Amino acid sequence: MRVRALALRILNQLRHDRRTLALMLLAPVFLLTLVYFILADTTPVINIAVVNAPAGFEDKLEEYNVRGQRYSKNEARLALERGEIIASIKIVGGKSFIEVDGSNPTKAKTALAALEQAKIDVFISRPDLRSEITYLYGKEDLPTFDNFGATLIGFIIFFFVFLVSGISFLQERTSGTLEKLLSTPIRRWEIVVGYVLGFGVFTILQAFLISWYCVYVLKVMMIGSFGLILLITLLTAIIALTLGILMSTLANNEFQMIQFIPLIIVPQIFFCGLFDLPADIEVIGNVMPLYYIADALTEVMIRGSGLGAIAWDLSIILVCSVLFMVLNTLLLKKYRRI
Amino acid sequence: MRKTIIKQRKVMENNPGIDNSKCIIVRNVNKFFGSKHVLKEINWEIPHGRIYGLLGPSGCGKTTMVKIIAGILEATSGETYVLGQKMPKLSIMNKIGYMAQSDALYGSLTAKENLHFFGAIYGMSKAEIKNRTEEVMELVNLSADLYKPVQAFSGGMKRRLSLAMAIMHNPPVLVLDEPTVGIDPLLRKNIWEELDKLAKQGVTIIVTTHVMDEADKCHNIAMMRGGRLIAQGTSRELQDKIGVQSIEEAFIYYGGQQDES
Ligand SMILES: Nc1ncnc2c1ncn2[C@@H]1O[C@H](COP(=O)(O)OP(=O)(O)O)[C@@H](O)[C@H]1O
Ligand SMILES: [Mg+2]
Repeated sequence: MRVRALALRILNQLRHDRRTLALMLLAPVFLLTLVYFILADTTPVINIAVVNAPAGFEDKLEEYNVRGQRYSKNEARLALERGEIIASIKIVGGKSFIEVDGSNPTKAKTALAALEQAKIDVFISRPDLRSEITYLYGKEDLPTFDNFGATLIGFIIFFFVFLVSGISFLQERTSGTLEKLLSTPIRRWEIVVGYVLGFGVFTILQAFLISWYCVYVLKVMMIGSFGLILLITLLTAIIALTLGILMSTLANNEFQMIQFIPLIIVPQIFFCGLFDLPADIEVIGNVMPLYYIADALTEVMIRGSGLGAIAWDLSIILVCSVLFMVLNTLLLKKYRRI
Repeated sequence: MRKTIIKQRKVMENNPGIDNSKCIIVRNVNKFFGSKHVLKEINWEIPHGRIYGLLGPSGCGKTTMVKIIAGILEATSGETYVLGQKMPKLSIMNKIGYMAQSDALYGSLTAKENLHFFGAIYGMSKAEIKNRTEEVMELVNLSADLYKPVQAFSGGMKRRLSLAMAIMHNPPVLVLDEPTVGIDPLLRKNIWEELDKLAKQGVTIIVTTHVMDEADKCHNIAMMRGGRLIAQGTSRELQDKIGVQSIEEAFIYYGGQQDES
């Protein structure tokens, strides 16, 4: 089958091209590590007051590198004000009430993540009950920080796949192989689908590596399902790939492909929810793929949402990908009408 | 199945008056790139099993002409038929082996991977691909370089691999755009012998060239200048008709005639 042959060829090309391989796999890991060290101060000890919780809850917290100790309600409030502890938790009837010191977002985030995890471990049957979180000093909404890890994963995958697939399709054109390909009975849509499949398979590997690294090595706050993260990152790769191929038809050489970065990539960083924007400007984000990707990743990683909560985001990404593929197929008419 | 038969008959009906003894028929073809008139009223018929040379200086429109025959480009006006079917047509493209003027190869892939890829695109089976890979690489004298990445190839080696790729799927029609550029004389001779062999088996071959002495190796020659076909015939005929002893002289003569008219 021609689609399969094309997909295999792309995988072969990637296999031979060590530099691109490294760019796709190691550069994201390097970048993520860098950002991690810039943003996360080396969290020393994080103390949490356990006011009311089932037995064994502190042990669970210990597993997530947080020290939990029993406090009375008043002691806990006092300790929180003095900065001795970062959070306190009270679990009543399966519902948790958490007070957290938001002035140190990194610690607060780690504490919250640990609490959520420990809560899940202890109350296997009640994941439906959301914790009620009260921030004491910080603001409750800390978009820059809480969303950063999740958004960064989406952005990095989008960026590298966009660039590599775009340039790869461009080279198909400039090297004359596209013309040779079009002298065969291959159909235009088969070329597009072959590309999506080839890069798609590769990006499964990339998405897995990046997500795994973030969640299990860097321990980015993550309370949702790892499978869902993989699904989102895969769709991210597909939309980046189809958009990359689409833009490459407008470029005449590699450098012109690079010129799309400030036009296509950078604006998406501003509008993907990382920054607090005035509402009337923020709506621009609605037309940017990364906005939906970031939203879906944030939902899953920080709020622990399921498929239902991100279905809308995912369908938009999917619909856009299909749209781009159709456009690509039509644009190939420029090179051969049939 | 039934559907395809009906479809085929329809095509036949659509192409009345197509001489089936001809492999390729080009009728009143004009090609414009923007306002640039690149091919002018080309009429050309190529019988089966012949090596037909398309001879003319750079920029006269040879590549454009053969791309139209191969179904990659379409004429602005006029018709082109290959094997009785109006081009461009995907099912016919399976029966054409096209070798582009500039080598269209995947540099990071090995020669073998390049051949296997196009073999699969042409719908060949795994076993066929394997056998043919050996055969064609033998033919172009590249058997030792099967596992080398193409970016490590010299210009001549790339040219030979391109040729191997064009004949890989045993097409009954070969369209070769300047196939022997950059290939050393001995190997060039081998390649012409191979083309002869293929023609004897019934393969119809179009070869473009701007090197006059290569024209002698073709069964027939079409001379092209400024987007027009200025003369057709065998090399001998073209020379005898005007009493000259070389194809260069003939070209100058027919070209001059064209300028006057
Ligand atoms: N895609 C194109 N757009 C515009 N002009 C073209 C294009 N392709 C070829 N031409 C022009 O058409 C003419 C014939 O080109 P070509 O068929 O490549 O000639 P040849 O193969 O005989 O050297 C040249 O003047 C060339 O500049
Ligand atoms: Mg040419």
